Amino acid sequence: MAQIRIQNVRKEFGAFTAVRSSSFTIEDGEFFMLLGPSGCGKTTTLRMMAGLELPTSGEIFIDGEEVGMKPASQRDIAFVFQMFALYPHMNVRKNISYPLVSQGMKREEVRTRVAEVARILKIEHILDKPVGGLSGGDRQRVALGRAIVRRPKAFFMDEPLGALDAEFREHMAEELRALHDRMGATTVYVTHDQLEAMQMGDKIVVMNHGVVEQFGKPQQIYDWPATKFVAQFIGSPSMNFLEFEGMIGIGGNSVDLGGVKVDVPAAREGRDGRLTLGVRPEHVKFRDDAAYRGRVSAVEYLGTTQTVTLATEHGELKARISSAHKVREEELVGLDFDARTLSLFDAESGKALLSEGNEGVLGHG
Amino acid sequence: MSYSVTEPSRRQKWVAGILVIGYALITILPLVWIIATSFKSPSDAIAYPPKTFFTPTVEGYVNVFTTRTRLSPDQLQAVGEPTTWYDKLVRKDGLVISGPSRFAERFTNSVIIGFGSTVLCIVLGTVAAYAFSRFKVPLKDDLLFFILSTRMMPPIAVAIPIFLMFRSLGLSDTHAGMILLYTAVNLSLSVWLLKGFIDEIPVEYEEAALIDGYTRFQAFYKVVLPQAATGIASTAIFCLIFAWNEYAFAVLLTSGNAQTAPPFIPTIIGVSGQDWPAVAAGATLFLVPVMVFTILLRKHLLRGITFGAVRK
Repeated sequence: MAQIRIQNVRKEFGAFTAVRSSSFTIEDGEFFMLLGPSGCGKTTTLRMMAGLELPTSGEIFIDGEEVGMKPASQRDIAFVFQMFALYPHMNVRKNISYPLVSQGMKREEVRTRVAEVARILKIEHILDKPVGGLSGGDRQRVALGRAIVRRPKAFFMDEPLGALDAEFREHMAEELRALHDRMGATTVYVTHDQLEAMQMGDKIVVMNHGVVEQFGKPQQIYDWPATKFVAQFIGSPSMNFLEFEGMIGIGGNSVDLGGVKVDVPAAREGRDGRLTLGVRPEHVKFRDDAAYRGRVSAVEYLGTTQTVTLATEHGELKARISSAHKVREEELVGLDFDARTLSLFDAESGKALLSEGNEGVLGHG
Repeated sequence: MSYSVTEPSRRQKWVAGILVIGYALITILPLVWIIATSFKSPSDAIAYPPKTFFTPTVEGYVNVFTTRTRLSPDQLQAVGEPTTWYDKLVRKDGLVISGPSRFAERFTNSVIIGFGSTVLCIVLGTVAAYAFSRFKVPLKDDLLFFILSTRMMPPIAVAIPIFLMFRSLGLSDTHAGMILLYTAVNLSLSVWLLKGFIDEIPVEYEEAALIDGYTRFQAFYKVVLPQAATGIASTAIFCLIFAWNEYAFAVLLTSGNAQTAPPFIPTIIGVSGQDWPAVAAGATLFLVPVMVFTILLRKHLLRGITFGAVRK
């Protein structure tokens, strides 16, 4: 049980800066996702929390205690590695009891603790098997067992499902989440898979190039991305960007998109110049009398829905609409946007402009 | 598990089989010859054409362990009837055993020096290789090259300086000196081989151990070492074989006290004429420890030689 606070943490590897000045707080009992593309610094951040890397500068607090320079063994945390890192020369029981043995725990107590963990994870039948022959899922469970048997302050997981088959991954994700809900311990989970992050996380930090782009609840991040990077990284197909020259004043609630008036949430900051209108594909509607028009260039059938790619004056746009709606290629259609869901970005900096919609949910690093 | 993309044809298999068997025969022939000679009588050993079939005798083995004296018939009478089987064996030729030879002593020296230097080499090599593999060592690449460069000339090229140094340090003809020398020669091989093996062990295992509450040394000792066992075993074999078979330094630096078996075995030949069976017996016995050691670690050796080729 622990609150974890990261303050201005920075990590350099020689000339390369992996993490620049990250700050965020993980509340006690939260399932917290560190999300970002590979090389964004999410794993380095996690490893610094765990004590496997030392920060170049900044502070890390676990339960109010500054631990930045403490060795991993003294932080009372558990780490689940992507490749599981089960000790190959030991059987399952030994692997799970290894962290307890290091504490000098009595043999009978180790036995009861291991048995309890095995029951929770349903791996009682493989306790005395060598880890070599286990399936991916069982290895994953043993790795989890080794983590939870200690009853640590927090769990750190580095893409723990990355080594599993796609279909099994979903199942394990559910199991993991259920386990978390049952144990209630703070969990920090690194992933590059936005779906996994949305599905499992209480809160998400999105990182890119060593910088925290946004920090918040999954829905906030999806609905109100703080930057164009976040908008693009989360959601599939990703948010459409319509770039245009225009202006919006404080309190303004529409923009001029190539002569067409588009309603947007009331602005809390003004901007004049190159702007980007962000539209989620599911917020595009086809309406014959709409003024903004696009030509259908491709249709991708997905069962109940279809993804329609359109060419517009401001670039390519994807719309996700019901399959019931018949669309022909080369057809010119009218497009309507759901005004309450639109985001405006400064085209140069990529940062979202404050509006009525995203006010208070834009957690910039 | 099969790694071949296409199964070799029947003919390719035959050719490969014949080549391997042919090579094996060529390799084993000298060994067979030595072992056969060790069981021949001196006259059978030098018979021409060579005898493939002969009456085996252990005379060579008796001779390699003993020194014998030729006595006149009167003296023989005085000594009395031979009592033991080996006494009887030498009495046929009018000889009596006058005492043990120094073979056992030399052989013991070989064991002490060979295994001693191997153990030292492995201990130092493992620690050094671990440091090179895991830590940021300043000038790492230069240091590794420097270590390897000690093998870029034949070690015997520095025999004279070593001889002089050993003499002034009082290491000449001592076990410690020979262990030190063989360790110095083998250490570069051991560091490089072991670094390769340790590089292959994912660092996550140690990190897991660190998080599980172990110190760096415990992680090394309890997690890395067991997994490096294969590499350590095969490196040990290479080190032992070198130290065991080394001849030139042994001739130069040892004599009365720490002399190993390789320089001693050829001297057997002069004790009483050309006693080839005794020489062969000495050589055969000399093969045994390395053979046993290698057979014991055979599995590791095979996996060790192909290290890096197959991901486990």
